[in-house]
Amino acid sequence: MSKPKVAFFEFTDCEGCQLQVANLGPGLLELTKLVDIVNFREIMSEEGQEYDVLVVEGSVASKHDEERLKQVAAKAKVIVALGACACTAGVNNLKNLKDLAEQKKIVYGDVDPVSDAIEAKPIDEVVKVDYYIHGCPIYGPEFLKVMECVLLGKPYKVPAYPVCVECKQNENICAYEKGQFCLGPVTRAGCNSWLPNHGSVCVGCRGLIDNPAADAQKDILEKYGLTVDGILDKFTLYCNSKKERAKYGKEFKK
Amino acid sequence: MEKNSKNKDVTINVHYLTRVEGHGDIAVDVKNGELKECKFKVIESARFFETMLRDRLVYEAQHLTSRICGICACGHSLASLKASEKAIGVKPHEDTILLRKLLLHSEQMDSHILHAYVLVAPDLLGVKSIMPLIKTHKAVIERAFRLKKMSDYAGEVLAGRHTHPISFAIGGVTKIPDQAEMKKLYSMMLEARADFDATVELFKKLELPVFERKAQYVALSNDEEYAFYDGKININGEKLVDDQDYRSVIKEEVRDYSSAKFSSTNGAPYMVGALARFNLNGDKLHKKAAQVAQYLGLKRPCHNTFMNTVAQVVELGHCLEESIEIMERIFKDGINEEKVLTTTYPKKDQWPIRTRAGRGVGVVEVPRGILIHDYTVNDKGIVTDANCIIPTNQNINNLEADMRKIVPEIITKQNQAEMTLTLEMLARAYDPCISCSTHILDVKFV
Repeated sequence: MSKPKVAFFEFTDCEGCQLQVANLGPGLLELTKLVDIVNFREIMSEEGQEYDVLVVEGSVASKHDEERLKQVAAKAKVIVALGACACTAGVNNLKNLKDLAEQKKIVYGDVDPVSDAIEAKPIDEVVKVDYYIHGCPIYGPEFLKVMECVLLGKPYKVPAYPVCVECKQNENICAYEKGQFCLGPVTRAGCNSWLPNHGSVCVGCRGLIDNPAADAQKDILEKYGLTVDGILDKFTLYCNSKKERAKYGKEFKK
Repeated sequence: MEKNSKNKDVTINVHYLTRVEGHGDIAVDVKNGELKECKFKVIESARFFETMLRDRLVYEAQHLTSRICGICACGHSLASLKASEKAIGVKPHEDTILLRKLLLHSEQMDSHILHAYVLVAPDLLGVKSIMPLIKTHKAVIERAFRLKKMSDYAGEVLAGRHTHPISFAIGGVTKIPDQAEMKKLYSMMLEARADFDATVELFKKLELPVFERKAQYVALSNDEEYAFYDGKININGEKLVDDQDYRSVIKEEVRDYSSAKFSSTNGAPYMVGALARFNLNGDKLHKKAAQVAQYLGLKRPCHNTFMNTVAQVVELGHCLEESIEIMERIFKDGINEEKVLTTTYPKKDQWPIRTRAGRGVGVVEVPRGILIHDYTVNDKGIVTDANCIIPTNQNINNLEADMRKIVPEIITKQNQAEMTLTLEMLARAYDPCISCSTHILDVKFV
């Protein structure tokens, strides 16, 4: 049996998630024993026309992006969304909070070289997504876990519990204990509490857990007298999309 | 294929040549031997980082702007922190600056290694990517992985990760690098010396196109060192300008065919990056790097854009040696934890946030050249205005000028395929961003 063919395509983003994949080094070499990577611009010039698995990085932020995504998706049997920009539109959401025409004027003045720009969208607003790898950037070990599921043809379940669970396992002192705000209690786990491990606080890059009201790390919220809204209005880099806001009962407004 | 006669019409359209913070096209149009059009079009969807920054907390700025580029994430983070600190009046401790310099060095190394091995080495060894080299040139690939692992690990030890750095914050770091990890990093750096020497030998074999165009060169300069983290803006070695006054010498312009802006100084294009730094600051290179420059035939001033890759190899050696020295200094003197440790965001008791209002410009040298962040912040710590000037955008104008010079030189000597390749190589010499320059999606001849 021939190895499944995997293609990487990037849209509007920083390409940092593909870099995490390229940086897997030996892990990537192991993966290439099981699959053929036929398109990966970050590390290769060759280009394969046929593929089974499509890995998409980046948001859709122009009409051109949208058309191209539909084209490349048509060939794929399985679609994987790689990173926050593809999964939730990530930081690209921030431009949706303001009037596009006004922003163009601020950045480009009277010339409009970006006439086909649209509001930034996660890729599942354009194509059907089978696997989500959250994070800004993605966490390498999770990428390998998801690829294993893709190869075995079984679903990958994104952790439904908050980052606090992993943070406690890592024996970090709680940010709230240190007098800081942190989005750990309402953010989906899976990153091994990457930021708190390095003395920082969770900013919610993986998106909120599905039902923050019910599934938040309640003991932390209670202990420090916090509400879901109250912490979410502190850091809003990643929790601005319609979908994220709906999770905590907020309407999307500009 | 037949060579072009002087009067032949030539139209070259290279789609997706490079990702320049995204995607770029080359368009060349020659009619009756006369160059009509010569453009480098950036067609990346605009992301509007400058307007995204507006209305956000200044403490979010480094977090947000590191997302401009996955490859130069640390450089963006540091330019952002410098701009933020200048705006709100925070002065980082010298040990913080030492850690920042080390982080910035690790990013130069990381990026230069990627460029040297992933883009250029396959060309030298006559293949299309590093993939076939895994079988045919195992030692080269293993060396590339070892070097890359060293620079990656540096990002991990110093900042939690290279893309996007975690522990560097306004006024300090959120975690002091672990001593045992620092020792491990140090020994990896010592081992990397042999791999660097082997890299130099690999590049000794590099044959570059002959091309001369005296460009303008812009880089940071200071009296103490080969500047990366700090300095004045040096214009052609003729003028030194305070970084806060960058607008007096660097002009930005929008053209309707490109989502990236074009920059100029003295009313003309200029080049930034390794070759510009070498031309302006080469006398301050580490002794070992200076010897490598001589060995590889790189002499100041160098006006061959294609030599930018060689300048990157020289800088790799410089950053490796200086990193080793910085680490030795840290081992000897330690880090003043009390002065350096801080939090990413103000603590709970400091909300609602109050800061000094002001404007600040942060300038650093990133792998591809001078990077400028410029923020205005109000007394609630909210960014009210922001401007970022990215190296690759500065280079596009110069790339077009190079193209205008080289096309008439090669038009009678090369056929269309050869011309296309020469122009692609020229664009790649700027290392517009590693992932992009390795790949051409579609080449069309009209």
